[in-house]
Amino acid sequence: MTQLATPTTPEVKVATRRTSIPEGLWLRCPTCEKTIFRKRMEANQHVCPECEHHFRIGALERVAQLTDPDSFEPLFTELRCADPLNFTDLKPYNERIKAECARTGRDEAVAAGRAFIKGRPSMLCCLDLTFMMGSMGSVVGEVVTRSIEHAAERDLPLIIVSCSGGARMQESGLSLMQMAKTSAALARLDDAGGLFISVLTDPTTGGVSASFAMLGDVILAEPKALIGFAGPRVIANTIRQELPEGFQRAESLLEGGMVDRVVHRRDLRNEIARVIDYAGK
Amino acid sequence: MSTTYQLEFERPLREMERQMEVIEAEIAAVSRDDNADVSKPVIELERLRDKWRDELDRLYSNLTPWDTVRVARHPRRPQTRDYIGMIFKDFCELHGDRRYGDDPAIVTGFARLGSIKCLIVGHHKGRTTREKLACHFGCAHPEGYRKALSKMQLAEKFGLPIITFVDTPGAYPGLGAEQRGQAEAIAVNLREMSRLKTPIVSVVIGEGGSGGALGIAVSDKVAMLEHAWYSVISPEGCAAILWKKANEENNNAAAVALNLTAANNLRLGIIDESIPEPPGGAHRDPEAAAESIRKWLTERLRDLKRIKPANLPGRRYQRFRKLGECSQVESEQEVAAVETAG
Repeated sequence: MTQLATPTTPEVKVATRRTSIPEGLWLRCPTCEKTIFRKRMEANQHVCPECEHHFRIGALERVAQLTDPDSFEPLFTELRCADPLNFTDLKPYNERIKAECARTGRDEAVAAGRAFIKGRPSMLCCLDLTFMMGSMGSVVGEVVTRSIEHAAERDLPLIIVSCSGGARMQESGLSLMQMAKTSAALARLDDAGGLFISVLTDPTTGGVSASFAMLGDVILAEPKALIGFAGPRVIANTIRQELPEGFQRAESLLEGGMVDRVVHRRDLRNEIARVIDYAGK
Repeated sequence: MSTTYQLEFERPLREMERQMEVIEAEIAAVSRDDNADVSKPVIELERLRDKWRDELDRLYSNLTPWDTVRVARHPRRPQTRDYIGMIFKDFCELHGDRRYGDDPAIVTGFARLGSIKCLIVGHHKGRTTREKLACHFGCAHPEGYRKALSKMQLAEKFGLPIITFVDTPGAYPGLGAEQRGQAEAIAVNLREMSRLKTPIVSVVIGEGGSGGALGIAVSDKVAMLEHAWYSVISPEGCAAILWKKANEENNNAAAVALNLTAANNLRLGIIDESIPEPPGGAHRDPEAAAESIRKWLTERLRDLKRIKPANLPGRRYQRFRKLGECSQVESEQEVAAVETAG
């Protein structure tokens, strides 16, 4: 969202990593460019065994990595996209959704539920980048909001793992309103003294970063995750120059004081548990 | 009557304006002779004026969404500072976010709306080239959003209601803006506005571009001027991504699909009211537009004054809480089936 510059202007070169979810037995790491054995990478929590590149993962994989075995209890799974605007671009929105469901086996860009994280009862909500770029429409906004409310009602620490291109254009103003809705819900959680740990993963941008994702009491980020409001291409087109090395990456946000910790995926579960011990009820 | 900046869809009006000018010149030329009979051209002129007015009404009551965006961006369209001058008395501008700087793209200050003391917050685009550049054409930086919030918290402290004017293509997408936490600044505004214990009313007066607009519009009551737009993304931005290319045709289609007009947003419950503009848009008669806004603001603030400030956040939360539309899978078997498939 919020792309201002019309990208018809000649593009300034931006260093972006291609990080689509790979297929096949072997794959090439986009960072070190080494050919790695897929199974080895997957067994390593989808982190490159050679260079520590964090591959993008779906919500279910994230849930599996963070929660104690068999402890995840899914919630709000009955919600589905309603295509409230009857939106059609080059393809009707409802067809896009159907195609995404078929391709990913998921039904929206979010998975939420109660779980134990190293024995600590928690409310966990993970956005799913594999489904329409993790974009936030009515369903994602509603699930995030219900997760926040649920955490507040049950005095559970709330963990939201974000990865998203931003608000979903196909639901226009209603997507925009999810930003206000989720942020307002967090105000109430805050008033109730609840803990919110926001985990930012690659990429967290647009309407998601400009709402709940940046509102964590504690904000953790995965290494090299792209985090920002506008996308790098839009910015490059606005300022008409190359962006500095590492711009909008987790490490530079840490340096700039925008996140609390940059945490390797293998340590994420421990770190979350540690923060819960300090700040949870 | 006419403006120097011309909108394409107003072409039929320009032809009539030319004809009227010819007749006016004719009348002027003939009327130098005291005995000349000018009744015929005067009648003709009156007829043309009526026709022009009808045509203006017709055009503006049938604007396409993309033309609405064009009207909302009209260079003569009144901006926040114009409305401040026309609607309020004794504007006392307050500057700076106390952390980094003073963003001219967001104007804040105390003012009086009739007898009501209030705080004004508004995006400002700028009129002259110099002013436009300083304001980044109404695209605010984090310091702008932080200034807005700190003044709003001041208003809460002193029990002043808050009036915000939304008019931005979007928050500024630049290097410094990102480094200083554009996303965080907007996010914090959304959270904090939702729990301010003082009435907040907002009017989208021109462009309501995405998060940058919402960053000062988490309010008890939100209105849009009839020809303003409010959406998650601009039609060009949307066309460039979903239609792969921003051009006249795609922008048109995107503007329709985005449901960005006041009427659309009213239907979706995103705004509470659409404030009618004078014939031919706010830029043709800024005073009339200002008067409509003044009336709306006064009425809404009068209503909100009756509510205990402590109860406002709860009501505001419910206002936004209900927005969004999902369908539900009814039967448990179906949920189970979907889950096992997933």
